[in-house]
Amino acid sequence: MATVRLSFSPAPVHVRTARLVGVAVARRAGVAEDLLDEVRLAIGEACTRAVALHNQYNLPDLVMVEMSDADSYMVRVIDRAPIEASIGLTKLPPDELADESLTDEALTTGVGFALLAGFVDDLQVRPVEEGAGTEVRMVWPVHRR
Amino acid sequence: MELSLTTRTVGEHTVLDVGGEVDVYTAPRLRERLVELVDGGSRHVVVDLGRVDFLDSTGLGVLVGALKRLRAANGTFGLVCSKEPLLKIFRITALDQVFPIHPSIEAATSTVSGDRDDTPPPA
Repeated sequence: MATVRLSFSPAPVHVRTARLVGVAVARRAGVAEDLLDEVRLAIGEACTRAVALHNQYNLPDLVMVEMSDADSYMVRVIDRAPIEASIGLTKLPPDELADESLTDEALTTGVGFALLAGFVDDLQVRPVEEGAGTEVRMVWPVHRR
Repeated sequence: MELSLTTRTVGEHTVLDVGGEVDVYTAPRLRERLVELVDGGSRHVVVDLGRVDFLDSTGLGVLVGALKRLRAANGTFGLVCSKEPLLKIFRITALDQVFPIHPSIEAATSTVSGDRDDTPPPA
């Protein structure tokens, strides 16, 4: 089993790096080529969410991404924000998406969650085992060569 | 790939050609350009996503912001997109029900009223 860990300060510029690494490890792990766009988008959304939460709560802590390829390709994106922040994960109905009263932040959060839920069949969002924070856990099947 | 933004005029429309990656890092530049266009008097804006190879929720949020801004100014806002991976993103988020999405610049700029079919034309 190979594991790659990446930690980055919560700045938007590093999210692209996380996407690139996540897709490179996925390809090597044997994730099907036609799933790689979805892997890239999902890792980006999970990291964007983590960066936004750290900035919202003024947390300098690193965001952690862990990629492992035991029986499948599993990516865990871990933030250190208070648990209640995760309650913001709700999918918005179409008639509310362009509603004038919806803030940009709420829209992006809702749309981001819709993308995660839509692109990742095996998705879990749960509290971390120690301390504050949540873990977004995503799993994709692999085909061994 | 870095974000690229190029503006041109097609008839009554201002077309913003977007290329590269639109994400949490680059989306603020797209937002600034769209705000500049509207503040500069553009009322019929089309964003061509033909050369976009990555679009995330932040980019989608910027596009919705532009749509709302133009609606408030009695303008129109449309997208040009024919790439299936991007179209899937619009479908999954239900934003395909919010944006007029056209397969080509010609289709997007052929009629002003065609850009917004959910509200009556200005009196």
